[in-house]
Amino acid sequence: MPGITREEVAHLARLSRLELQAEELDHFAEQLDVIIGAVARVSEVAGADVPPTSHPLPLTNVMRADEVRPSLTPEQALSGAPAAEEQRFRVPQILGED
Amino acid sequence: MTELTKAPVTKWTAAETAAAVAAGTVSAVEVAQAHLDRIDAVDKKVNAFLHVDTEGALAAARAVDDKRAKGEELGPLAGVPLALKDVFTTKGVPTTCGSKILEGWIPPYDATLTSRLKDAGVVILGKTNMDEFAMGSSTENSAYGTTGNPWDLSRIPGGSGGGSAAALAAFEAPLAIGTDTGGSIRQPGAVTGTVGVKPTYGSVSRYGLVAFSSSLDQGGPCARTVLDAALLHEAIAGYDPLDSTSIDAPVPAVVAAAKQRDVRGMRIGVVKEFAGEGYQAGVMQRFNESVELLRELGAEVVEVSCPSFTLALPAYYLIAPSEASSNLARFDAMRYGLRVGDDGIASAEQVTALTREAGFGPEVKRRIILGTYALSSGYYDAYYGSAQKVRTLISRDFDAAFAGVDVLVSPTTPTTAFPIGERADDPMAMYLADLCTIPSNLAGNAAMSLPCGLAPEDNLPVGLQIIAPAMADDRLYRVGGAVEAALNDKWGHTLLEEAPAL
Repeated sequence: MPGITREEVAHLARLSRLELQAEELDHFAEQLDVIIGAVARVSEVAGADVPPTSHPLPLTNVMRADEVRPSLTPEQALSGAPAAEEQRFRVPQILGED
Repeated sequence: MTELTKAPVTKWTAAETAAAVAAGTVSAVEVAQAHLDRIDAVDKKVNAFLHVDTEGALAAARAVDDKRAKGEELGPLAGVPLALKDVFTTKGVPTTCGSKILEGWIPPYDATLTSRLKDAGVVILGKTNMDEFAMGSSTENSAYGTTGNPWDLSRIPGGSGGGSAAALAAFEAPLAIGTDTGGSIRQPGAVTGTVGVKPTYGSVSRYGLVAFSSSLDQGGPCARTVLDAALLHEAIAGYDPLDSTSIDAPVPAVVAAAKQRDVRGMRIGVVKEFAGEGYQAGVMQRFNESVELLRELGAEVVEVSCPSFTLALPAYYLIAPSEASSNLARFDAMRYGLRVGDDGIASAEQVTALTREAGFGPEVKRRIILGTYALSSGYYDAYYGSAQKVRTLISRDFDAAFAGVDVLVSPTTPTTAFPIGERADDPMAMYLADLCTIPSNLAGNAAMSLPCGLAPEDNLPVGLQIIAPAMADDRLYRVGGAVEAALNDKWGHTLLEEAPAL
């Protein structure tokens, strides 16, 4: 199975929204290569006849009636926000200029 | 109560404390103050607490005293202090998960577990140190400094719940709460000489527990005795409609089981795969003595083979990071927590990336990247998909084993507490600390660690792990209670009495 390169780590960091420093990329590439080498053997034992288990419990969607119930006030919901304005979360620009 | 008056309040068990408060021998406020004083005296050395809520603790204690004064009935843990892992939300009290990205965050709501503790009259002293977002086995990944093991402050207290376990061993609190994703209650319990229980997955609500790996995370009790752990277990367990993975079934009678102290007629399986290379000689010696003790107490002991357990560690280190990479996407600098780089020019996407770079520590970043890799197109089947199949094989091993025995036993950890810094830059060496605990998380069943002696070569605590089928948590307490009573009889005291004074 393939190892992991510095370029792949940089790509994964972008996908993960992590602005990693150059030295972190080097360090992680080395460590992740070792980790992936050690965990890769999972693929050697599990054949097509073994069903995967994603969760210890059988999960079902939970539905509730669509009715108004007490919840957090706007002040409470915004209390941990880095920036808020007019009872809304204030965020950096989302759409580019072009 | 005559015995109690000889020892300081901080040395009492939770059961003794609750009884004394109910009888009026001592007030809940006096108990809380004694523990706050103890924290004040020793926590600079131990660093078990990230936040001490003096005002909140004394107010909760006063409420218990008022209730008693009015003649109202008190619950079995009313007035007992507790240290709460900083991964559960606490309304009006900071919750950081040991991370800079949540520094100063004050949740507007309580976790279900927090509410249940408050309803039970438990006095929450504060929030305890932990590996960032519960990722680690040593509490060295906290953004707020590592915690020392009260047995030897230069050694790790286990992780990720090192703060909770250390608070117990340092007599800063008689009860604590941890979360166990791959062993984070049991492994710290083992290396600090305390009791830690991972209840059956789904039996304690995860609402308000900041998620690391949702299919594995489980809150649970930490205590200095098996009975105290059982009392706490009953206070926090039970169905919660706010958690869609909560099990709607009665909580097993764990307190009654802890008091039973009789294993005659039980069949106990020794897991063959948890021995051999990498296991410290003193750990195996104490474990083998515990197995012999179980035989003497009247249990039938048989060897059991669970061949897929050797793949649990690799499967876990694919599944947990995969779920973490998804769960931690919520830390995007928009609705709560840190925001870095918002200069009016940078885009939301750039601000998110800069914030996560500044706010997460190396272990969290490493796992996010590993998880993203395991889930990515082209590698999904080989890594994540295969790990899910291993999870099936591990559950099958448990099913086969439990068809012949009531519980399984093993050492909790392969070694005693290692020196701080020893494995900090070697992830694979660090991950081995959870070798014996991980299978239960993958299968969702119940497990306990309790102290079974000191390793002769370093005089540090060794943990005995007991594993039971899902929703048979009472079996852990039945076996644990019997072993604890027999060992205390043999030693003439509890193990923690051998810990050095701080």
